[in-house]
Amino acid sequence: MGLWGLPLALVGGALRVSAPYLFVSLGECLTEKSGRINLGQEGTLIMGAMSGYGISYLSGSAWLGVLAAGCVGVMLGALHAWLCSLQRVNDVAVGIALMLLGIGSAFFLGKPLIQPSAPRLSALELGSWSQIAPVRAALEINVLLLMGIAAAFAMRFFFQRTRWGLLVRIVGEDADAARAMGYDANRVRFFATAAGGFFAGVGGSFLSLYYPGSWSEGLSSGQGLMAVALVIFARWDPVRCLWASLLFGGAGAIGPALQSIGIIGGYNLYATAPYVLTLVIMVATSSARRTLVGQPAELTVAR
Amino acid sequence: MTVASPQSSPPPAVGAHTRAAAGEWGARLAVAVEAIFVPLAGIAVSFALFGVFVALAGANVLDVYYQMYRGAFGSWFSFQNTLLRAAPLTLTALCTALPAQLGLVIIGGEGALVLGALASVVAAHALDGFNPWVVLVAMGGAACLVGGAWIGLQGGLRTLRGVNETISSLLLNYIAIGIFKHLVEGPMRDPASLNKPSTRPIGEANALGSIPGMDVHWGLAYGVAACFAAYVLMRRTTFGFAAKIIGGNVRAALLSGLDVHRIVIVTCTVAGAAAGLAGMAEVAAVHGTANASLIVGYGYAGVLVAFLARQHPLGIVPVSILLGGIGASGGLLQRTEHLPDATVNVLEGILFTVILASETLRGRLHFLSPRPVQNAPLPAAVETSRAA
Repeated sequence: MGLWGLPLALVGGALRVSAPYLFVSLGECLTEKSGRINLGQEGTLIMGAMSGYGISYLSGSAWLGVLAAGCVGVMLGALHAWLCSLQRVNDVAVGIALMLLGIGSAFFLGKPLIQPSAPRLSALELGSWSQIAPVRAALEINVLLLMGIAAAFAMRFFFQRTRWGLLVRIVGEDADAARAMGYDANRVRFFATAAGGFFAGVGGSFLSLYYPGSWSEGLSSGQGLMAVALVIFARWDPVRCLWASLLFGGAGAIGPALQSIGIIGGYNLYATAPYVLTLVIMVATSSARRTLVGQPAELTVAR
Repeated sequence: MTVASPQSSPPPAVGAHTRAAAGEWGARLAVAVEAIFVPLAGIAVSFALFGVFVALAGANVLDVYYQMYRGAFGSWFSFQNTLLRAAPLTLTALCTALPAQLGLVIIGGEGALVLGALASVVAAHALDGFNPWVVLVAMGGAACLVGGAWIGLQGGLRTLRGVNETISSLLLNYIAIGIFKHLVEGPMRDPASLNKPSTRPIGEANALGSIPGMDVHWGLAYGVAACFAAYVLMRRTTFGFAAKIIGGNVRAALLSGLDVHRIVIVTCTVAGAAAGLAGMAEVAAVHGTANASLIVGYGYAGVLVAFLARQHPLGIVPVSILLGGIGASGGLLQRTEHLPDATVNVLEGILFTVILASETLRGRLHFLSPRPVQNAPLPAAVETSRAA
């Protein structure tokens, strides 16, 4: 294979690694469109991974695990939304708290799940036409990723073409205007945050049920947080979240890809590539003087 | 922000002096009672919720509480263990609490701690053979410098480029840990450290000693002193007053001619220096070298301490001891109750969440305030910006 192995491993890695980014960023996009930031998505992701694996192990059905992960995500999202609806409660701080709570609970409840192996999601072998093993390996795609891609386009349609999507945008742009129209901003945000939690939970189940495909305490390393930054980069547009997720997935695959062609020195540094990329993008796209294009106006009020 | 606080009311007329003074003291007392009562109630509720959690996990709740008490405060030995854990927390909590005076939410203490630890090791190696006092001062200086630069960078990105400081500080934590691991497992690795990659030891002679009369290292004294210094800086100097104005309203601060960029960057640098110093103390007093044992979440626990202390520099000291105690009891819970090590994290998460939620009770507990000043309706303009 030689040097061709590198881009191939990057593409394969991007397709494998990007799904959690995609799901969490879609969920966060929905939440932020309603005018709230949920930093707890990292905790939701890990709780989703743990509960998805647990239910898959207990029930024998991986898809039931995915559903359970989504439900746990809904609960955590609803908790965040409820806490933030109280007066004087800061959504960013609550997010950090729920992140720690989610991680702690997942490690606590997930202790018995480290040993057993649960049924995993199967892959679609899109590369079966090829004789070359790495090509086939790179093109193994999970159905969940395809659903995520579909969800990205569906969510764009939801925001642009549906009544409810418009309502979420109104609440995110100007809660007072929504109130004047007779809508309860807190209610809309509750549903948006809970639904956002569903996405993050499903993203977590991808981690434990497909890639890397087991439950361990080192499963997530800040994907949920990076997804929050990714939404800023994607300018609060679901389809751009998709492209950004693929980019981040590719960056996350740099380390393993270099390893696969025999470069192992500095592994810890390559592993920071997604974080560095996120940071560089944030620095490049932010500005002290103007608010970001496409940013829901309520997010700046809360700062 | 405490817009309607009694201190900001105009000075009363001369005749009404004594009565107003008494009323003011009453109101101040109410504020103080509230500031202590609400968090204490929050802690009680948290422990109750935690009890439900461990009961569902099949443990005997009262036994768990008792073991936690025993592991944290039950004996002089365990209390010293608690203080050992509290020492880095006082410093990492400042890393969040100082920027919080400016309205920034910075959670980069973990990164500043590990890089500060690394810098102190580099300084110790560079000055090997000098008088231990020189080495220790250089270690502390290097740790403060690197930690300060690390958090100062986040403050700079925030104020100069408008980069969200919460997210950037979190990302920089991961980057700092990556750099740390790269150096400790690569260029700076001591070939003699086989199973656990570490740097060369700093040497017995350069170890940070214990406070006389106890087995707790001087890092605790540094932390307590730093909290007092932070209190003086933020509550008793013009710099602190300027920071308070920025925290209240950035535009007002700009209009009154304050150099917001400078104050933000300086405050964040001081905050980072505190976290870096925590790393130095851990290296010089506990581990004697830099390795993965430093990455145990003191930075994140420090965030929790800062929020529990309501970002008050002096409140950090008792809260650090409380959190240090919870951390210290973790081992005993594992041994006697067979609960997983993450039990402590669950309790911390519950505490954090409940305390934040209890913020909503602030100024709404009527039985605590003798005068209705606290509950005066806020002006409409204030009401809309309350979330800031």
